[in-house]
Amino acid sequence: MRVLPSGTTALLLELDNLDEVLGLYAALTENVPEGVVDMVPAARTLLLVTDPAVASLSSIEDSVRGTTPRQDRRGWGEIVEIPVTYDGEDLEEAAHLLGCDTAEVVRRHTAAEWTVAFCGFIPGFGYLTSPRWQAEMPRRSTPRKNVPPGSVALAGEFSGVYPRESPGGWQLIGRTELAMFDPSRDPVMILRPGIRVRFVDEDRRP
Amino acid sequence: MTRSVKVLAKGPLTTVQDFGRPGQAALGVGRSGACDQASYRLANRLVGNPDNAAVLEVTFGGLRLVVDGDVMVVATGARCQGSWPHNAPTTLKSGGELELGMPVSGLRTYVAVRGGFAVEPVLGSRSTDTLTGLGPDAVAPGDVIAIGEPELAPPGIDVAPVTDPETGDVTVLVTPGPRRDWFTDAAWASLVEQTYSVTSESNRVGLRLDGDALERNRTGELPSEGLVRGALQIPPSGKPVLFLADHPVTGGYPVIAYVVDDDVDRCAQLRPGQRLLMRAKTSADQRRH
Repeated sequence: MRVLPSGTTALLLELDNLDEVLGLYAALTENVPEGVVDMVPAARTLLLVTDPAVASLSSIEDSVRGTTPRQDRRGWGEIVEIPVTYDGEDLEEAAHLLGCDTAEVVRRHTAAEWTVAFCGFIPGFGYLTSPRWQAEMPRRSTPRKNVPPGSVALAGEFSGVYPRESPGGWQLIGRTELAMFDPSRDPVMILRPGIRVRFVDEDRRP
Repeated sequence: MTRSVKVLAKGPLTTVQDFGRPGQAALGVGRSGACDQASYRLANRLVGNPDNAAVLEVTFGGLRLVVDGDVMVVATGARCQGSWPHNAPTTLKSGGELELGMPVSGLRTYVAVRGGFAVEPVLGSRSTDTLTGLGPDAVAPGDVIAIGEPELAPPGIDVAPVTDPETGDVTVLVTPGPRRDWFTDAAWASLVEQTYSVTSESNRVGLRLDGDALERNRTGELPSEGLVRGALQIPPSGKPVLFLADHPVTGGYPVIAYVVDDDVDRCAQLRPGQRLLMRAKTSADQRRH
């Protein structure tokens, strides 16, 4: 682990891979070091936002170095089913890039159990990973200006669902009616770190 | 009876702001909140509000409002022409008006009322996050905004002796950021020696600075990583973005440096066209802080 400076109020921890990030994030979430007010897990890093009035950056670094990352970080949240109509504009392209047909993309996408690794980009957007999804999906060379809300998409090692209309470069494979973000609902966000996700093919629902 | 204010004019941009939404970044929810936190805190203290009460953040003056019920009001931050309650809490009688002209210096003025503005909170905060759209809509003429019940005793201060935002060139301290090593030493020297100018593309998300482009010493993409306000991110143009309150939770371009947190409030008062110098923080600065 490398500890990188991020100003007078934060520390950026850099790890070798996403699993290490999530193992450390899970351990720190269970036992939050004194003075840490926010944590931002990402693909290779974990940002700790601190209150300097409570604890110094060096004392927080010490407690992080004394933390044992969790090994069993996958699958600690509840399971959520997301119904999907697989008719995305990029489904054919995604199949081509994966070297299979569109039915196989749907089969693999629904067979995998996904976990929300981290959130970001816009509120309610979860980066989903799965040990059963080892594909690396290139982003579109030209991002769309307006991806419709509810779009189910692939990029890199991740799958995701756009909570609202926004620009985006992910490959769109389908869409869901389930609102990812609803301020009037509890929980407001369906996808939170640690939540497990299964995509269900609406066309194959009995 | 509930007291309220009615907005008659809003100027270029007026939003409701409070302490923001700390602790939810892992959900993709940014902190947001007042851009100039010191002026925000002062406004609440001068009218005896709790530290997280909601105020109006007025960008470049132009706010006009009328009160329904007697209301103690104060303005802090950028001093606007005609703003009699500036740093000086004053009770406005029911039907009375407050009108902010253009600021004499600075950009953002904080208008607090005793009891705070009682708009509906979203995810624990009344702040408008202009990046994500969370929180109330920006303030518009005709809006009637309810005022909450006072919780604390008023402090009984006539005028707070604080200095106004700076005019002319502003110098702030920076420390190396997480991706300092993505840039040449020449680029670092350029960052801390040149004079940047604040462009009109700046907003609550960040200041876009114009100046000599900074050169990277490596190519390739950076996986997005978390950042906080004060981050100086270098996009492919080589010209820094200095992130303010509504910054994204993560960013995909390297952060070369951070403005020390105490100086970010001063950056939030910079106007388009104003010049900004960044100096590397030394151990002598450390002792002073």
